[in-house]
Amino acid sequence: MSRRIINRRPSRGGRIAWGAAPFVFAIAAYFIFSALRLAENPNDKLLPGLAAFGDAIHRMAFARDMRTGDILLWVDTLASLQRLLIGLGFATLIGLVFGVATGVIPYVRASLSPFIAVLSMIPPMAVLPILFITFGLDELSKVVLIVIGITPFLIRDLALRVADIPGELLIKAQTLGASTWQIILRVVLPQIAPRLADAIRLSLGPAWLFLISAEAIAATDGLGYRIFLMRRYLAMDVILPYVAWITFLAFLMDWALRRFNRRFFPWASGEQS
Amino acid sequence: MSQVSVRNLWMEYPGQTVLERIDLEIASGEFCVLIGPSGCGKTTFLRLLLSMEQPTRGEILLDGENLPVEPGPDRGVVFQRYSVFPHLTVIQNVILGLEFARSRGLGKLFGVARRQALEEAERCIESVGLAASRDKYPSQLSGGMQQRLAIAQTLIRKPKLLLLDEPFGALDPGTKHQMYDLTTRLWQEEKITVFMVTHDLKEAFTLATRVLTFDKVRIDPGAPGAYGATITFNLPLGKKHEFSASP
Repeated sequence: MSRRIINRRPSRGGRIAWGAAPFVFAIAAYFIFSALRLAENPNDKLLPGLAAFGDAIHRMAFARDMRTGDILLWVDTLASLQRLLIGLGFATLIGLVFGVATGVIPYVRASLSPFIAVLSMIPPMAVLPILFITFGLDELSKVVLIVIGITPFLIRDLALRVADIPGELLIKAQTLGASTWQIILRVVLPQIAPRLADAIRLSLGPAWLFLISAEAIAATDGLGYRIFLMRRYLAMDVILPYVAWITFLAFLMDWALRRFNRRFFPWASGEQS
Repeated sequence: MSQVSVRNLWMEYPGQTVLERIDLEIASGEFCVLIGPSGCGKTTFLRLLLSMEQPTRGEILLDGENLPVEPGPDRGVVFQRYSVFPHLTVIQNVILGLEFARSRGLGKLFGVARRQALEEAERCIESVGLAASRDKYPSQLSGGMQQRLAIAQTLIRKPKLLLLDEPFGALDPGTKHQMYDLTTRLWQEEKITVFMVTHDLKEAFTLATRVLTFDKVRIDPGAPGAYGATITFNLPLGKKHEFSASP
């Protein structure tokens, strides 16, 4: 009897091979098409080959820029990460305060949750011009865009997580004599902490989206700025490594948050029988 | 002292009466077990004792005074599930009640105060037989151990009333009997008044000094919600402090 396909599982080594396969295929396909195009026209810019990438990476990541004397990739990375982290930081703080308040205090929930529901429907990119007008074209408006873009999601997600805490636990805390403040501090915050890291992980994607958009429109440095600048020269040899680098950074942050969760909230992963 | 009087208690929701005409005098130190068919208001009665809800008519007096309008440290509770905090270890779960009481601002103790509280909590863990699991998280404990922890956590605040909502409902028979012994012993030591809801008749008669049965006495076939349940039997078993809980 052959088993049903839903019951067939790859072995440990097999899983790695199956996981690696799409990457290998994508990379191989790229270089095959690149080689085909380059054979036809050695100056083709659309699908540069390995040598062109090596050149571009060396130029951007290791050599100093002739005009400014900076190493551009690091300057861009630093500028972008700074904006992203400040934005994420503020969004997290606001999300936590309002999320917990709406989740725990019925009067705050009654007055704020319809407002936040409407607010979260505003497309953040649509208010970008307003931000540029109010906050100017420099750092502040980019950070504010990230904050505006992901805070409503964080608030709603965290409020839901608070609502998920079994009512029995809140009653139990009260029978142990806890005040509202003590319940927030010792029961609610610790219980949603692992969910907070998950919520941040989920908002990393949108945060990058808003960052790159803002940088594309008005900036003098940053990863998004560089990509859109290079577009004018069809410099795929720079753009593609930049995209790979951004992907890598995003992946790294996601991984770090996951590790953080497992390290600091061991009780949350082995969860309940 | 923890004597409970219930006077002409009614609990009505729109279109449905859950409890009606409940009168009850419970002396300090009784072990009352509430039994009755599902949906007959046993748990609602327990929720009223806990002030999770307010009765629509009548009153509940604890030592001659009206119950506070919200849950507090004078009435401890153990639910069937979700009774302990999953993010705290055994010792942290038990010490929490002391921290709430002694550190109003942070709800956390440090230094000498913490060491003192730890000693009390350790004695408490010892008395429910969890000393060996001091630093485990609840998810690493069996169901019976989790309920022991819930009881220890509750008792450390020395409540006047202990409310148990089907606390052993999810446990296997062997574990249940261990829990009966433990509960009986703690009840005798602490001289506490207990109200317990259960579906298990045998459990009721094993533990109780008084069995209260809830049921509807008036039924209107055209309007099932019209009348509520009341206490149909109030059986004192007259075996106070002098029985063994073995099966």
